[in-house]
Amino acid sequence: MAKKIGPQTVKLRTPVAIESTGSVAGTMEGLGPLGSYFDLIVDEDNFGDTFEKTEIKMHSKAIEIALQKIEAESDSIDLFVGGDLLNQIVAATFAISEYSRPYWGVYSACASFAESLQIAATTIEAGVAERCSVSVSSHFSSVERQYRTPLEQGSQSAITSQRTVTASGGAIIGQSKGAPTIVSFTTGKIVDFDCCDIADMGTAMAPAAAHTIITHFLATKTSFKDYDLVVTGDLANLGFNVAKDLLASEGYVDIGNFSDCGKLVFDTDAQNVGQGGSGAGCSASVFCSYIYKLLDSKQLSRVLFVPTGALMSPLTSFQDGSIPAIAHAVQIAR
Amino acid sequence: MNYLWVFLVGGTLCIIAQIIVDNTKYVSGQILVMYVVAGVVLTALGLYEPLVELAGSGATVPLTGFGYSLVKGTFSAIDEKGFIGIFTGGLTATSAGICAALVFGYLASSVVKPKTKI
Amino acid sequence: MSTNNNNLQNESLLEQRLRETFKTVKQDSRPKAENAKHIARAFGIGGGICLLGQYVKEMCIGFGFEKADAGTISTLFLILLTAILTSIGIFDKIGHFAGAGTFVPITGFANSIVSSAIEFKSEGHVFGIGAQIFKVAGPVILYGITSAWAVGLVYFLIGLVK
Repeated sequence: MAKKIGPQTVKLRTPVAIESTGSVAGTMEGLGPLGSYFDLIVDEDNFGDTFEKTEIKMHSKAIEIALQKIEAESDSIDLFVGGDLLNQIVAATFAISEYSRPYWGVYSACASFAESLQIAATTIEAGVAERCSVSVSSHFSSVERQYRTPLEQGSQSAITSQRTVTASGGAIIGQSKGAPTIVSFTTGKIVDFDCCDIADMGTAMAPAAAHTIITHFLATKTSFKDYDLVVTGDLANLGFNVAKDLLASEGYVDIGNFSDCGKLVFDTDAQNVGQGGSGAGCSASVFCSYIYKLLDSKQLSRVLFVPTGALMSPLTSFQDGSIPAIAHAVQIAR
Repeated sequence: MNYLWVFLVGGTLCIIAQIIVDNTKYVSGQILVMYVVAGVVLTALGLYEPLVELAGSGATVPLTGFGYSLVKGTFSAIDEKGFIGIFTGGLTATSAGICAALVFGYLASSVVKPKTKI
Repeated sequence: MSTNNNNLQNESLLEQRLRETFKTVKQDSRPKAENAKHIARAFGIGGGICLLGQYVKEMCIGFGFEKADAGTISTLFLILLTAILTSIGIFDKIGHFAGAGTFVPITGFANSIVSSAIEFKSEGHVFGIGAQIFKVAGPVILYGITSAWAVGLVYFLIGLVK
């Protein structure tokens, strides 16, 4: 059985394996620095009839690729866990419905992939399931439609804004030996420091990231030096710097191995993406491509993966609500 | 009509909006509403007409000009028809623009698919 | 044992400390908007669109149209031009460059209607295009009409008194 080793942290007694991953990305992401790591690059406008249908197809494709890599049948999956950013998490639901297997839909915005990993790991350790699929996606245009202005409307984006990543990531979680394993995780709490600027979500999420990272360090008695990579979800340039400053104020200054999926996925100087990438698919696809491949090839052996999520909705924003943020940490070892 | 004034007045109205959008939390949709209402108020106070005489399209093409047309139309309809003009004047004066935008928008939607920006 | 206690205390105070630090860090980190560049573009493009409107208007007057009709034709011209540029996916790029230079002129109003219509086609003719076409332009029309109505009412009442 898993053991609680801190106020928010759980250590798994029998480490749970990430057996395989699959990633699907759009054109812009394909042109980015991680382009060659993605399993499949698709035309984000025409892969499905609409942006939403494209996202659904990308979502299910990521699972399919992950299954194919280990030649597993979807019937061997006891539980599908998935989420996305659309209202009523329809991308995950419609994608997973074709498998006709038990399903838990989750939502913690852009931190959904970490939440899914934690649920899958807990379920497997508890013996409730033997093998799970976790999958998360986002699509630039389906998100713009839901949260912002029409695509063809000519407006400037704020200097602090980020670009939603069009990508999906799927992973098969099980018990096979020899694969990278989840050894412990910290479930974030909702951190709300009264940020209201929805054009600056990186800054709004930075405190949650810093809080979860430090909480995990304290519970596991580790620090940056104990990891090859500590990587947040989608803070992008601006939020990443805020997180760095917050960590420095707590004494974490030697942090050369600290990075962020939103910074990795795009070349923010060359690509027109504002501060960097965001979206649930950002951390999911970067983990399922770049990070997993480095783990698999043993170039990385100790990773702390900390996706971050901004939990507001357009309604709460219009009602002058703040941006509650969350970050979930998953410690992975090779 | 001096083309220089057209450019200067039109450009300056855009600059004011740009400064608001860059330095406050207001976004373009909110600024357009402000501009229309500002145009209505300034016209009603008699302050916008001189600008239109000076700069022509420089004052009528920006959205404040939409407010100007609404008020001018309302006033002349009231002068002509009395009470009923309060209700008919504004939309009558701006009907061409609204109709054109709607019809062209509908036609465009039947042939065009939105594209993800790369 | 003492380290454990320290840790617990650390954890309970962590959020509080981060909240204090965040207040100062947040201010320092915010990048400056590229004000000068944005202003120059808004001025140039916005002024240019007004010039184009004026040119078309005077051309129409030259063809013998009345002044008011010429103004309407130039408005229609700018709206048609916007609709075409929006449809071929160019207007959003110009708008991204010009900012207020394109959204303040009537081009911005037209673009918001055309782009909403295109965007919501996937939800059908009634609940998609029909319901959403005024998504951005609706507030402009609502507050324009309502404030002009109020101003008209005052004008009418003043006329009665006189």
